[in-house]
Amino acid sequence: MFTLGPLAFTSGWLLLGLIALPVLWILLRAVPPAPIRRRFPGVALLLGLADAESQSDRTPWWLLLLRLAAVAAVIVGFAGPILNPQAARPGTGPLLIIADGTWADARDWDARTDRMSGLLDEAARAGRTAAIVTLTAPPVDGPNFQPAAAVSQQLPNITPAAWEPDTAAVADFADTLTGNFETFWLSDGLARDSRAPLLAALEARGTVTVFQTPRSTVALRPARFEDGAIALSAVRTPSGPELTVPVQAIGLDPAGTERVLAAVDMTFDAGNSAAEVTLSLPPELRNRVSRFAVAAARSAGAVTLTDDALRRREVALIAGGGEAEGLDLLSPLYYLREALSPTADLIDGTLADVLQANPDVVVLADVANLAGTEEDSLLQWVEDGGLLLRFAGPRLAASDVGRTSEDPLLPVRLRAGGRSVGGALSWGEPKSLAPFPESSPFFGLQIPDDVTVTSQVVAQPDPSLADRSIAQLADGTPLVTRKTVGEGQIVLMHVTANAEWSTLPLSGLFVQMLERLAISTRAATPEPGDLEGTIWLPQAQLDAFGRLDDARAQAGVAGELIADGTAGPDLPPGLYANDDARIAVNIAGPETTLSTAQWPARITVEGLEVRAETPLQGWLLAAALLMLMLDVIASLAVGGRLRGPRADVAAMALLALLVGFTPRTAAAQDADDFAIQATSSVVLGYVTTGDAQTDEISQAGLRGLSDTLFRRTSIEPAAPMAVNLERDELAFFPFLYWPVVPSAPLPSRDAYAKLNRYLRSGGMILFDTRDADTARFGSSSPEGRQLQVIARSLDIPPLEPIPEDHVLTRTFYLLQDFPGRTDSRDVWVEASPPDAELADGMPFRNLNDGVTPVVIGGNDWARAWAIDARGSKMFPVGRGQAGEIQREYAYRFGVNLIMHVLTGNYKSDQVHVPNLLERLGQ
Amino acid sequence: MTGALALRAAAEQQASTLPPLLAAAEQLASTVILGDHGRRRAGTGDTFWQYRPAQSTDHARSIDWRRSARSDVSFVQDKEWQIAQSVTLWVDRGASMRFASTDKLPEKATVARTLALACAILLIRGGERVGLTGNDLPARRGTAQITQMANLLARDDAADYALPDARGMAPHSRAVFISDFMGDMTGVQDALTRAADNGVRGALVQILDPQEEAFPFDGRTIFESMTGTLRHETLKAGDLRNRYLDRLAARKDHLTQLARTTGWQFSTHHTGAPATQALLWLYQSLAQPA
Repeated sequence: MFTLGPLAFTSGWLLLGLIALPVLWILLRAVPPAPIRRRFPGVALLLGLADAESQSDRTPWWLLLLRLAAVAAVIVGFAGPILNPQAARPGTGPLLIIADGTWADARDWDARTDRMSGLLDEAARAGRTAAIVTLTAPPVDGPNFQPAAAVSQQLPNITPAAWEPDTAAVADFADTLTGNFETFWLSDGLARDSRAPLLAALEARGTVTVFQTPRSTVALRPARFEDGAIALSAVRTPSGPELTVPVQAIGLDPAGTERVLAAVDMTFDAGNSAAEVTLSLPPELRNRVSRFAVAAARSAGAVTLTDDALRRREVALIAGGGEAEGLDLLSPLYYLREALSPTADLIDGTLADVLQANPDVVVLADVANLAGTEEDSLLQWVEDGGLLLRFAGPRLAASDVGRTSEDPLLPVRLRAGGRSVGGALSWGEPKSLAPFPESSPFFGLQIPDDVTVTSQVVAQPDPSLADRSIAQLADGTPLVTRKTVGEGQIVLMHVTANAEWSTLPLSGLFVQMLERLAISTRAATPEPGDLEGTIWLPQAQLDAFGRLDDARAQAGVAGELIADGTAGPDLPPGLYANDDARIAVNIAGPETTLSTAQWPARITVEGLEVRAETPLQGWLLAAALLMLMLDVIASLAVGGRLRGPRADVAAMALLALLVGFTPRTAAAQDADDFAIQATSSVVLGYVTTGDAQTDEISQAGLRGLSDTLFRRTSIEPAAPMAVNLERDELAFFPFLYWPVVPSAPLPSRDAYAKLNRYLRSGGMILFDTRDADTARFGSSSPEGRQLQVIARSLDIPPLEPIPEDHVLTRTFYLLQDFPGRTDSRDVWVEASPPDAELADGMPFRNLNDGVTPVVIGGNDWARAWAIDARGSKMFPVGRGQAGEIQREYAYRFGVNLIMHVLTGNYKSDQVHVPNLLERLGQ
Repeated sequence: MTGALALRAAAEQQASTLPPLLAAAEQLASTVILGDHGRRRAGTGDTFWQYRPAQSTDHARSIDWRRSARSDVSFVQDKEWQIAQSVTLWVDRGASMRFASTDKLPEKATVARTLALACAILLIRGGERVGLTGNDLPARRGTAQITQMANLLARDDAADYALPDARGMAPHSRAVFISDFMGDMTGVQDALTRAADNGVRGALVQILDPQEEAFPFDGRTIFESMTGTLRHETLKAGDLRNRYLDRLAARKDHLTQLARTTGWQFSTHHTGAPATQALLWLYQSLAQPA
């Protein structure tokens, strides 16, 4: 191989051909371009004319240069040039390739594979044996040296693991090493304790070369919940210049699709190895987040899974008679709010509203009666797994709820009135609480002495009462009762939620009880002691690349391992669940820091990147071909063949070349132009019918109307545009004029869909049968029949002839007739609502809002409006002065119509102006 | 056998060009409406001149009975005397005329022949006598003359550039020479002076292809005449353009000069332009009084 700087040639001797170039130069220069023979009678006049200059008997220098360049490119191309040839790495004996194989490797694992592949290829060429070992999964019985080509085959099976090498396992591996071999160590760049012993063991066996890149590795620490926001932190190594990483919160959306719910930029200051950012999310969104990930980082370290620690319960608080203005301390919700707000998200609102938010818990404080629909939806919500917590109170005690039969939303039947003990007019002392029975969820809670109950509602004795009572007073009266409904449960505290009936809400017991009822959030992380002896089932697992895979088929993991918290082969990072608690095992813990691996000076550290060999042969040959093609054109030009009689062929070839290089979608361009033209100002449109004359008249008619509008009103339309229903977008036009032509083809299905969308979204179409309404929308005229056919598939509301008080009669001019070239009274618009009544003192009925989507008539308005390019009227209307008056009314109708389209029922509202002024007191 | 076959084939080929040539000429001629050039006195002719009392020498057939019935005298209808002019045509049949720069343009010969024939049709319709120079076709009247003329015009000449033939022109008649005038100018000069000596006036029509007028060539080129006998090689045709155009202009100048001295008219017609223009010009120049 012949090398020349970064270039090498597979067959360098071919370059000797370049010596021939000067010879070629002389040869080419001496040979003039071949002459063209032309028959030309005028030759008699040419006889005797000598050439003024004899330049073109030699090929022009630039053409020569082009040809020489082409030939040179061919010669060099066939010499097989290669950019960045791989320098051979001499070596003998077995070769051990060690990869760390950790999550930090995953980001550029492809590059590592390439590097390993390159090393193995070299080893194969040198006939060496080789072995590949990843330290996250070291072979138990030492490296297995095989022919390098065979090891190459195994390369695709080697993947990084989502954890760090175990120090003990690496030490074991170091002990298994035997014989002498050379080592290439592909380091992931992170410092760890296991490196030094292994390096020593390897150096004892042969030379060690380390491949390590000085890139930045980022790890995301677990997200914490702090002060109502999510605190995210990350560490990196090395701590170089300022770095901003985008962090995404990913979770399921309401439709069950995983998507990015929020994104935030986290910035490492220059020289700082840690960064923090807080992310404030609405509770609903926050509870959906399943993990945070650094966008576009393919590494498990850049992903942190969230578990229950981040999840907060949503509690809806509803009090009976909340509108009464009282002191905060008397509010039935005050103590609940105080107890719950540190640990749960509270929702206020009406029951119907809060149920939409699907809270975890609904608290009804002293609410007795619920409306039928509310009760149904609340019951449904409880059956779907909701927890309904009710507190008693004066209202509940006074109501008849649950007296005779068990209320579905109460766990027990209640006796009328409740009872008071220890008051001024009653015997006895205020009652204290009995210790909680073992079956109670409150079992084990310490009962403070000062918790007393003075009033309560009392449950009716019932066979099921004993089962449902989970806390009672010292005299055995149930204080808290509970029943399960479907998947959910209903809990009733027989006292109020404020301190009126008992001191319970004032005590810490109240908060603990709420916690036990799983109303407030659970403890962030179960204590290690709690985890002992439990089995946690993997729900999802992270692979080294940060992908989350379903792991529900995998075996459970002992709680002790999770308590340890270090990911490893036995405990892949992921989400583990036990009953209803979930724990995330992440690669980076809250205290994790990263540092860069340092190698002793005696070790060669190389970069990872391989400058790939780039064969240039194809490019050079392609360039030569291109130059030869240019030469063809240039030769034609020099030889005079680009002009003259045969120029058309050359021009066509050139044109084909140019056309090939200028791809351009004419249709899209047209559509854009159309849209820009139609939307740059108000434009009236007319539907093309395929009949050239009708279209021309429509155009002229709308031109006349546009002119009139321009002169008389503040509407200043641009020139009207033809609208092809099949091709053009209708949404740009507020108004379409549609002359009905019997011979016109019906719109296609797509066009109908477009038309209906147009009508529904506020467009207006003026159908003009132009038959002077002789048909009266029957089928006696061909236009009438055609209109019926057209309208069959259109979404047209019920119609009626324009009533006298329709807004069209007064949007700009006061009109009662709507003549065009003919003068028929029957013009149809959307029917007014049947309940529209004429109020006293009102000149007009309060008619439908909005714009009538269609106006149908047969007065041939376009002809009455039509003006030609010079502005003179194109068609006579009526006779003499009366006719001109009729034309004037036609214009006025047009003005009213466009005003109606653009302002809607604005004029209809004008009738209220006196009332409005009166109300304003003016 | 072969000779007969070849003759037949040639005849067929010749005949095949005839109908289109005639049709084209007829079509062209129909665009011009003839004015009449009567002699303003009684004589043989087609149009009414006056009624005169019949004389004994008049044939009974010539009495106009309609006029005579209104009076007691018999009347004879005199016609206006119309004199026929004889016009001889010369159309260049040289090989140089068989040139057309592109497929879309007609050959110069086709244009020349169509023009000549259309002119002949017009003249014959106008009652003139039309013939060809030389002794092939003396000037006669009647539509048969057109057919014969078409036959003769369809012949080609082998030579590159043909010389005008000034024989067979009656004194004080009119003549039309249609050619590209690319050949030797002395022949043209001779013919014209000879015609002028005989009192013959007429028109010169130069038919040129647009390419001959524009010379849009470039690069190394060998120009050949139509038969290939003449050739000129140049290494840079673009350079020749101006000098060629100068020479062409000089030639046109020469022809104009010649026409002026001999009392002829001269015009250039390009095959790219509608032939009607040339025909109109030709007709007008012939209609000018001698």
